[in-house]
Order: sequence, then C-alpha cells, then structure tokens
Amino acid sequence: MNVKDGYFYSKEHEWVKIEGNKAKAGISDYAQHKLGDITYVDLPVAGKAVKQFEVLTGIESVKAASDIYSPMTGKVVVVNSKLENAPELVNKSPYEEGWIVEMEISNLSETSNLMNAAAYKTFLSGLEE
Amino acid sequence: MENIFEKSVSGRHGVGAGTPDEKSINKIPASLRRSTESSLPELSELDVVRHYTKLSKLNFSVDTEFYPLGSCTMKYNPKVNEAAGVIPGFAALHPYMAMIDESAAQGAMEVIYNISSLLCEITGMKKFTTQPYAGAHGELLGMLLTAAYHRKKGNKKKYIVVPESAHGTNPASAAVAGYSIITVPVDAEGGMDVDIFREKMNDEVAGVMMTMPSTLGVFEKKIKEIVEIAGQHDAVMYYDGANLNAILGKVRPGDMGFDIVHINLHKTFSTPHGGGGPGSGVVGVSKRIAPFLPEPYVEKNKTGKFCIAAGSRDSIGKVASFFGNFGVILKAYTYIMMLGKEGLIDVSEMAVLNANYIMVKLKPFYDLPYDRICMHECVFTAKNQIKNGVHALDIAKALIDRGYHPPTIYFPQVVEEAIMIEPTETESKQEIDLFIEAMKDIAALAISDPEKIKNAPSTTRISRPDETKAARELKLTCF
Repeated sequence: MNVKDGYFYSKEHEWVKIEGNKAKAGISDYAQHKLGDITYVDLPVAGKAVKQFEVLTGIESVKAASDIYSPMTGKVVVVNSKLENAPELVNKSPYEEGWIVEMEISNLSETSNLMNAAAYKTFLSGLEE
Repeated sequence: MENIFEKSVSGRHGVGAGTPDEKSINKIPASLRRSTESSLPELSELDVVRHYTKLSKLNFSVDTEFYPLGSCTMKYNPKVNEAAGVIPGFAALHPYMAMIDESAAQGAMEVIYNISSLLCEITGMKKFTTQPYAGAHGELLGMLLTAAYHRKKGNKKKYIVVPESAHGTNPASAAVAGYSIITVPVDAEGGMDVDIFREKMNDEVAGVMMTMPSTLGVFEKKIKEIVEIAGQHDAVMYYDGANLNAILGKVRPGDMGFDIVHINLHKTFSTPHGGGGPGSGVVGVSKRIAPFLPEPYVEKNKTGKFCIAAGSRDSIGKVASFFGNFGVILKAYTYIMMLGKEGLIDVSEMAVLNANYIMVKLKPFYDLPYDRICMHECVFTAKNQIKNGVHALDIAKALIDRGYHPPTIYFPQVVEEAIMIEPTETESKQEIDLFIEAMKDIAALAISDPEKIKNAPSTTRISRPDETKAARELKLTCF
C-alpha cells in the first residue's frame, strides 16, 4: 500500500499535507483500496469550519457510504470540484489529483495527534496482521 | 427482451375507449388539452399480459426461492394475510369514512386498535402509532419524538449516540432530525464498547439508538448498564426493531428500558417487501414519550365502540395521512392472530435455531469474526477465500447460479468482507441443508477453480452489471 512521505495521517486514513497555514486533505491509498470504486464525493461548501476529527464530509463507493473526518481544525477554503464529475480520481491518484479539500489551519501543533509516513506504515502493517 | 415501448405497434389497442364527443372535450379548458399524441405504447391486451408475465418469470421472490438476505428478514408471506387484505369491507374502504361516519368503519378501527394493543404487549410499550410508512420513517418519527420530549423539558441536546453495530439507517434518521452523530465502536464480543460509550456520553446527548439483536446478529449483553448510563444524562433509549424477529415472546424492549421502539411490520410480521409491497414502521413509546405521539388515535369508548380521538396538546401532529399503510397493518394483524402467543414464540426460537445451525455447519469453511451463539442471523467473512482472489461479492454472485438470493454483503461495515445470512424461521431443514451444501461447494471451488467463482453468475440473462458505471453515470429517463 502506497504511503506518501511528508504527509500526516489519521487513524481513520485521512491524509493532510501542510504548507504554511494551508493544508490539503484527502484519503489514503489504503482507504481508497478498502472502499473500492468511489462513486461520489460529497464536497463540503467553502467556508465550512470544522474541528480536528469531526466529520468533514462523506464519500460513497460501490461497497459503502463512509464519513471523512477532518485531520485538522480549520476552515475549508477550496474544494476539488473535479471530483464532482470524476470521483475515480480518488482511486487513481489519492495523494495528488484526488485531494478533497484545502483548509486554512491555525493550530499546527495538532499534527502531534497524527502519524507521519513511517508511523502510518507501521499502523497499516498492524491492521493487516 | 424488448421493452413495452419497443413492442408498440401503431394503431393496435386492447379495449376501444371510443371517441370523446365534442361536448365533453369542451369541458376541459383549452390550456389543459394535449396538443400532441400521448406517447403511451399501443398494444393488445394479450401483448400486455404476455409481456408482464414474462417479466414476472425473471423475478426472484421468496415464493420461488430461498432469500437469506441478512437484516432484511425475507420470510415467507403467508397467503392467509393476502386473503384478509382483499376482503372488500377493508380493501374498498375510503380512509375518510372513519372521519365522516365512525359507525361505517368500526372493523378497520378495531384492527388498528387491536394491533396497537397487541404490539404494546409484545414490546412492553405503553402506546403505538401505526402512521409511519416504513422503517426509516419510524426511525425519523422516533427522533422527532426524542426532540419533542427534550424541548418540553427545556433540555439543550445536540447528539445522538449510534453504535457501529446499529442498523445502517440510524445515523441518517438522526441527522435528518437535526442531530449530530456520535459513533461508538464494538468490543471484542460484538457488543457496544461500554467503556467508550461511558466516555463519550454527556448531557448534550439526546438519545441512544440501538439495534437489538445488533446487525452482527448478537444480543447486547450489557444492555442494562447501557440503559443506566443513558439515564444518568437523560438520554432517550431508542430500539430499532429491524431484528425483533429474534426475541418475540422472550424479552421486551420496554422491560429492558427502551423508551421508543419502531417495528418493521414488513419484516417480523411477514408482510411483503423488497419491491413486493409497501412497508410499515409502526412506533411504540413508553409512558413519558406517549404525550408526543402523532395524532389522531383510535380509542374504544365505554360502550365498546371505536372512535377517532385527537392527540394531547403536546402531540407533534401527523407524520402520514390517516393511519399509515392500512393494508399492511391488516396483514400483520392477521399474521399475529393466526400464530397467537405460542406461535410467535416458536417464530423466534426457530429463526434463532436455523441461524445457529447454518453458523455451526459453515464455520469450518468460512471465517466467523464473532464466534458466539448468534441470534436470528450470522455474519461470516470472505477472509479464507480472499487468499485465492475470491471476495464476498463473488461468493454472492456464485450463489445466484445455485438458485439462491445472495445474502447481504459488505454490511455490517464494521466487519470487512462481511457475508450476513438470515435464514428466518420459514425455511425447512432440507432447504437449509441444500443451501449449506451450495456454500460448501463455493468454498471448495474458491480453492480449486477460483476463476469460475469470479465469473459467476453464468445462468442469468445478465452476468454482472457494471455497478461502478451505474453509480457514476446516472441515466434517469422519464416517460
């Protein structure tokens, strides 16, 4: 399972890439693999404020409908509108083209509640037994 | 197979409706008259009969085959229910009749009154409404009642707690009613993790929605503790009755401490569903919730006559027209009366026995994540078969070739690659044994010839529809 260096990960398999006070977020390769073909991403409205680990939005696949939790506290600035017509981007490119939201964040120290790539890899190997 | 529009032949008709005379046409305002031909298909009566009879032969139903769809309780619908349903005094009764002249609708009102009393006895609740049209509608009503209760008390509440083992519609119903959801995971035994529950409970929690037995097919052993914790925060306990089939006459939600119960009459009480007919999600409540129930009610006066009564001042109003899907209520009433108390107890015992029989027989072949005595359904996974590239979906498809409706798969979501089997009490041992053999055959093939399973089904008109394409590229056509 592909894990990207330089990103932070949550136990619920969301990733976040931080640049200054901006943070891009999406779901990990592991998550897209488990969900199967993504059929719909419920894009939140820009301006939505959300706390870390609260429900950010929802995602649907052929197998299930699931919640996506916000990896950081912040405000949604931009959403990836390409996903409206091409939800498969989450499957094809979970870390790049399949990003879901860009947020404005204020509390960088929240990353201590997340895992770095190495820790997430260990976490995943634990799940696979 | 051509669709009915493709079969249309210009000028062909079944019955001649005649040509309307000029006078009648003029009664319809010009602005409302059709300016083009209707696009209805033109066919003879025999064309139509053959078309739909052929379509019905492609249908899969509990009348033709075994339907072990977990969580859905696809039990046989006894024909005596239908016989009661077509009695003209019921079938042709206009719902307004009871409002115009109560004496002309005494029979129907008696059915509503009696089934409400019987369901109170079965569930341990104080009062029922028959209004909700289906399970999720009943859930939504339950949440609206929860909100009404807290509003009256002046409580400020924001959350509904839903364990991961609850019925899938619960969080949606709570969200539609305006609540945010707190999810609680399951423990190693498949019950709600009570330590995490205790930790997450707070005074802003309005209610707890539980499915009992849960969607893992197990009874919540710590229910007493859960009810106590909820009580400490004045949270209302909601019982999702989707799985009531397992506990009829054994234990009552009211006695366990639940305040609100919905029952799927179309599951436990054997009325058709799953495309076979409308449902009914009747809701029962405890004494403290009773004042908020939708109105009107059917009551019995001192002379034994039935009458329509308005609700209390606190009633939340109506959630459906009249008394809900009366035909469904009538059929469920027939079912309860035909079985009686002892019969209903037999229903639960046989449903649980059948599920445990399947669980024990298939355990050597399929992974069983929660290995304990189950209730009316058992949850396996495709873990053993995945090594050979065979997933739960493939196993489900291979069952179609063997004459069975696929079980529920990928649900509950807390179990990966879940295969959820609910045989119900209406299947015989011989039928269940044949199903077990089919499942064993699939498990063996998954090792010896996995490609064969992955290409199933091969006996149907369409093998595997492209589910992804269907979900991504919606094409909705209206005629």
